[in-house]
This record gives sequence, C-alpha cells and structure tokens, in this order.
Amino acid sequence: MTFTIPIDNGDAVKNAEADSQRTLYPYVTGTSIVAIKYKDGVLMASDMGGSYGSTLRYKNIERMKAIGKHSLLGASGEISDFQEILRYLDELILNDNMWDDGNSLGPKEVHNYLTRVMYNRRNKFNPLWNTLVLGGVKNGESYLGMVSMIGVSFEDNHVATGFGNHLARPILRDEWHADLSFEEGVKLLEKCMRVLLYRDRSAINKFQIAKITEEGVTVSEPYSLKTFWEFKAFNNPTAGAEGSW
Amino acid sequence: MSQSAVDVPPKGGFSFDMCKRNDMLIQKGLKAPSFLKTGTTIVGLIFQDGVILGADTRATEGPIVADKNCEKIHYMAPNIYCCGAGTAADTEAVTDMVSSQLRLHRYQTGRDSRVITALTLLKKHLFSYQGHVSAALVLGGVDITGPHLHTIYPHGSTDTLPFATMGSGSLAAMSVFEAKYKEGLTRDEGIKLVAEAICSGIFNDLGSGSNVDICVITKGNKEYLRNYMEPNPRTYVSSKGYSFTKKTEVLLTKITPLMERVEITEVGGEAMEE
Repeated sequence: MTFTIPIDNGDAVKNAEADSQRTLYPYVTGTSIVAIKYKDGVLMASDMGGSYGSTLRYKNIERMKAIGKHSLLGASGEISDFQEILRYLDELILNDNMWDDGNSLGPKEVHNYLTRVMYNRRNKFNPLWNTLVLGGVKNGESYLGMVSMIGVSFEDNHVATGFGNHLARPILRDEWHADLSFEEGVKLLEKCMRVLLYRDRSAINKFQIAKITEEGVTVSEPYSLKTFWEFKAFNNPTAGAEGSW
Repeated sequence: MSQSAVDVPPKGGFSFDMCKRNDMLIQKGLKAPSFLKTGTTIVGLIFQDGVILGADTRATEGPIVADKNCEKIHYMAPNIYCCGAGTAADTEAVTDMVSSQLRLHRYQTGRDSRVITALTLLKKHLFSYQGHVSAALVLGGVDITGPHLHTIYPHGSTDTLPFATMGSGSLAAMSVFEAKYKEGLTRDEGIKLVAEAICSGIFNDLGSGSNVDICVITKGNKEYLRNYMEPNPRTYVSSKGYSFTKKTEVLLTKITPLMERVEITEVGGEAMEE
C-alpha cells in the first residue's frame, strides 16, 4: 500500500518569498579591521580585499570611510550591507547639517545610532551582516567602539574584528599602552596586519591606515607590507624526515 | 561434535560492532557522554641547540575546568617529547603506546630512537582511525640527525616546521610566534618566547589556563621544567587560616529557671504490657 504525502505548494511559495527578503548568508565579504586609540586620536587599519566565497574578487575596496566631521567607520563582513549603512549615515549626517545649529554628531552618537540599527535588524531576523568599528575625536576626547551584526556593542582602547579577534587581540593586549605616538601606533598596527597577512587566508597585501584626530580624518594611500619568507627551515623542511611532508 | 565458535583475535582497526546500537540509542534521545578535552595551547620551537616544547595546564570538560594542573607534555623517549591537544584520553593513550613501541625498538636495535620513527608510528595509527582518535600533537626531539619538530593532526597528516602551535589557543600563540620568531635563538630567548606564546594562549583563550610547562631538549640532554611559570596564583590566601575572633561578652551570670522542675513519681501500677 502506498501513501501519498500531501504537499501544500502554497506554503512553499510563501516561504520562498519570505526567505528571499532576508539575509541568510554573506556573499562579498571584507576581512578584519584593527583599530587603536593613540595620543592624538584613533588609528584604524584594514586591507582592501573583497572575497566572493573563496575567490579574491575585488582588490580595491575601501572599507574605512569618514562620517561627518568627527567619526571614522570601518566595516568587515558583507560589503553591500556596508554600503547600505553608509547611505543611512549619509542621511543622518545630512539631516544633522540641515539643522545648521553649530552642533554636529560625534562618534558616541553615531555609534549609538548604529547599535540601534543593527539590533533592530537582528530582531527582525534580517541582519546587516557586518561588524562595524567606529572611531572618532570630539572636543578633545577620543572614542573607539564596535558593533556586531547581532547588536553587541561596546567601547574599548583597542578593537579587532573577524580573524583579528584571535590573531591581533593578543598582541594588542600585550603591547598597547596609553599615549602611543603616531609612529608607535602605526608600527603596532602593522605588526598585527602582518600576522593577519600570514595567517588569514582572505587577507591581501594591500592596506590602508586611517587616522582621525581633532583636525579630521585622513585615509592613507594603499601600500603593502614587507614579508619574510627566508627561514632556512622552510627551504627544505623535510631534510631531516625523508618521505614525510 | 559441538559447534563452538572459535575466538579469533580482532585484526585491529576500527570495530564497527556497536555502531548500529549507538545509532539507535541516539535516535531514542540518548546524549553521547562528553569527552574530557584538553582545550589547549601547545607550542614547539627550534632554537640553535635543539627544541623547546611548551604547554598550558588546563583540562576542560565542556565549560568546566576538570584539572587545573594537568601534564600535557608526554614522554616518548629520553630524547623525544610530545605535547598533546584534543581528547585527553586519546593523547595519553596514543603517546603511551608509541612510547612503548619506541622502547622495544630501542632494545632491538641498540640505538637511540629517532624523531621520524615516532612520527611515522603516530601518523600511521591516527590515519588508520580516520580522525576518530582526536589527538593533535606537537612532537619534538633531538636525535643523531639533529633537532626536529613536527605537528601531527588527528587525521594523520604531518608538518615539519621551525615553530608550531596547536590546540584552541593556537592562534593566540601563533600571533606571538609570527611577530617575534627569528632564526638562531639562544636557549634563554627561546624559553622566553615559548613562555610568552603560552601566556598569550592562557590569557586570551578560554580553553587554556593555569600554568606554563616547558621542556628543553638538546643533544644528549633534556630538561623538563614542570610549572616553569605560574601566572595564575591563588589570590587572597590568608596566612592565618580561618580564625574567628572572640567577640562574645559576658552580660549576666544569674541563671533564671524558665519552668518549675516537675517531679515524676511512679504510680505503682503495672509496667506497660509488651
């Protein structure tokens, strides 16, 4: 005896439609962002790669952007969602400027706004698939905070997203101290980015470092780091163990 | 003539006898017992005179720390030591087994064991179990051909490296190595770097913690520095122990009886029956 299982095609269609309305997985992604507070403000570093799954599709993506006069936003995760967030922030800053009242939104305010946006989207099961790093200086006070795609938000003296959590945070925890000079800060960030370049498969050797101080935001030109591959042991690794690899 | 089954010893390899029963139990809702994992940071590095191995000392059972000071650097031969990450029983059993095999081999050949012998024995065993023996090892030693350092993964693949890290804290430790390793380190520099890498794992990885063990192997000599560093001591230990200060005062020495004493007299009846 055979049974026929009734298939309700109406539900399948509705589910498919509903699913196509929400983010299920990321497509073009950026890898880690590392940022630290230093003497005059905040320094942030990112590479310029956008991966499409396991392909390195885009090599010229700027993942750090200035927001208003006082903030710098860096994003890792889905690039299209980052661009959408930039449009939201554009509107926010525009409305703020239209008041023309001499006040401008500072990093604390922008961070708060982003936290609300991310958390609300997560509650609707339609997240913006990003981890955002927000740094800025207003009235002499530096600010550095982070928001994740589920709305977890906090501020700290040094932050890292993605693989940076595992590879850069230990270095920052050991070597960061208050009142780093600009050169020391850049050296520390480059140390972290170099380790990420060696050990993160989606990292590329093309970086930007962005600096935000009371004067404003500067994003550097793209440049690459020197890497070292000449360890003698890597030349002929199985010299002592013939037949293994 | 009796039909007695002849007991043939198992030919080795994975025995599939219990699989059907286990599947049935899992479907019925039985949760498999959780393993005692060593959630670990283990590292090895080659310096100018030999090999330095390092490990943390925390063993976890899910979210609980089961052993605060376990030993993860296992003895294989007088000149070969092996750090183990993964399931504690697997690393213990596999290193013990290969250690015995090496000793028998030494008796037979009359020569010191070589690191590649241990490597081949371990990788053959792990590969034949297709990754079910969850042991990730950092094997290091100095033999007649020089210093060697290898990593062995649970599925049986191996790497030969100048510096290596394994376990859940491997990324934290590797970031220290990638930033600070250089060739031709002296013994003290090497120990300092290994201790730094293990500390990075202890403080930045939740699966690793407690103390740092170090083992330095050079030609003809080995030093097992158990608890080389103890960066997590118990704080606030009172040297007096527990003592309760005498704070009672005597207020009154008069005794006031609360109730009249009641006298009980026998009524002279029979004792209770039974």
